[in-house]
Amino acid sequence: MINPREIRKDFPILEQQVNGRPLVYLDNAATTQKPRQVIEALVRYYETSNANIHRGIHTLAVRATEQYEAVRGKTAVFLKASHAEDIVFTRNTTEALNLVARAWGDANVHEGDEIVLTLMEHHSNIVPWQQLARRTGAVLRYAGITPEGKLDLDEVRGMIGPRTKVVSVVHMSNVLGTINPVAEIGEMARKAGALMVVDGAQSAPHLPVDIEALGCDFFAFSAHKMLGPTGVGVLWARRGLLETMEPFLGGGDMIALVRQDESTWADVPHKFEAGTPNIADVIAFGAALDYLGNLGMGAVRAHEMALTAYAMEQLSSIEGLKMHGPERADERGGVVSFAMNLAHPHDIATIADGHGVAIRAGHHCAQLLMRHLGVAATSRASFSIYNDKDDIEALAEALEHVNRVFGDGSSRAAI
Amino acid sequence: MAVAEPQFDDLYREIILDHYRRPRNRGELAAPSQRVEGVNPVCGDEIHLDLEIGDNTIRDVSYWGHGCSISQSSASMLTERLKGCSIEEAERVMGKVRAMLIDGATPDDEIGDLQALEGVARLPVRVKCALLCWNVLKEGLQQATTAA
Ligand SMILES: Cc1ncc(COP(=O)(O)O)c(C=O)c1O
Repeated sequence: MINPREIRKDFPILEQQVNGRPLVYLDNAATTQKPRQVIEALVRYYETSNANIHRGIHTLAVRATEQYEAVRGKTAVFLKASHAEDIVFTRNTTEALNLVARAWGDANVHEGDEIVLTLMEHHSNIVPWQQLARRTGAVLRYAGITPEGKLDLDEVRGMIGPRTKVVSVVHMSNVLGTINPVAEIGEMARKAGALMVVDGAQSAPHLPVDIEALGCDFFAFSAHKMLGPTGVGVLWARRGLLETMEPFLGGGDMIALVRQDESTWADVPHKFEAGTPNIADVIAFGAALDYLGNLGMGAVRAHEMALTAYAMEQLSSIEGLKMHGPERADERGGVVSFAMNLAHPHDIATIADGHGVAIRAGHHCAQLLMRHLGVAATSRASFSIYNDKDDIEALAEALEHVNRVFGDGSSRAAI
Repeated sequence: MAVAEPQFDDLYREIILDHYRRPRNRGELAAPSQRVEGVNPVCGDEIHLDLEIGDNTIRDVSYWGHGCSISQSSASMLTERLKGCSIEEAERVMGKVRAMLIDGATPDDEIGDLQALEGVARLPVRVKCALLCWNVLKEGLQQATTAA
């Protein structure tokens, strides 16, 4: 069982007041806050172990290398992956997906080949594929969404065929909260001889992930959305795939031998980590993985699902408010996007901020989805382990206030 | 409740809400001399202005688009204030509105209802909402002067 009151003691940032009220942070899909343990790990690294990794003989270099590589191991355990060498550290999800589109895509995708995406993708799982399509002459295809906000699986099935080279799908939508059946889609891809890429930016932080059971070929996510620091992303690749790929970036750390005309590459995963990596933040990410591991991802999911159900119940009683996405909390993650008929998302976010409640308003880097929903923007509340029912009630109270400010003159008397 | 309800009277003044709920001069003109538009890529707000300019005068002006209360009411107030104005006066009003929003200058009566946007200057993330239609107007006036 997750106890948000206890957990909150580990998050110094949540102790503050915003606009004279206790901060209620509901923008976790954008980035989560960091526990003291992560902040301390960062400081401890700089105070005790800072050195450049891998080529060093001296004590600090060895210590820093061990700590950095240990986090690769922890990441493998977190994903239930059997080999730490299948994990590449990047800057974020975006860079991980670009790595795949470049290093795998350029060698394997050709003119007329098809890349299957969905209308609920984040821009970081669209633009790298568009760039690949422009370089190679491949064709992009987008699977649609049902009225309830789920992926149209029949359309996905119909779209995957002999021309399909790669299918890339978001595991959990950052707008609708929809959890997609990526294992099932991966099966369709495999039968067609295509690769399956999963954008796990929202799923790794909030759902138990068993990477082997997902049956995908690549899985990408960001540390900063799961209690870790900014500047660290993870790319996991199916056994053997990384070996077949050319490097993404060239430079130090990724080579075996450098001659005047050409070089040979280091073994994976180092072949994909050119230059000095983000050593300190990777090490601090290890503390975030420990923190989530101690809670247990099953418990995290249960807590956030209960909170989502409560939020959907509270928000459904607010006049003129419409939620996007699946109706059942067990089919979605802790993300609730909504529209209010009297007020625009920016006005809603401004009023919520006046109540100390941080929510996001905008297109959430999902313009294809916005166009599909027929809106320019939505308001979005998203949850994490330190949120509780009081936070939801503070949000509901702020939204009632929105209706009082934007309602007609008669109800304005109540302001 | 322990804490007092936060107040938004300074930002969402009655005049702003009134223009938002009952937009003035909304829609297209039959024969605009200038049709200009602008979007705010960060938030997706969109404003289109139709201008009918002749004899150094804005004979008619209308707007349409979508976005938050600040961007839409700013445009509605713009059309109401500038319809029938000389270009010179329009530029003066535009200068005063921009100074109020960007530099926090104290507005005067010449800008009329637009003074209600003064509270926006204190919320930097929302200033761009109020400015959108004025950036669009600036382009329209420039087009009109080069065309003339
Ligand atoms: C579903 C999804 N994919 C990708 C990203 C991109 O993550 P990052 O900005 O860390 O690269 C995000 C985060 O905004 C996301 O929610």
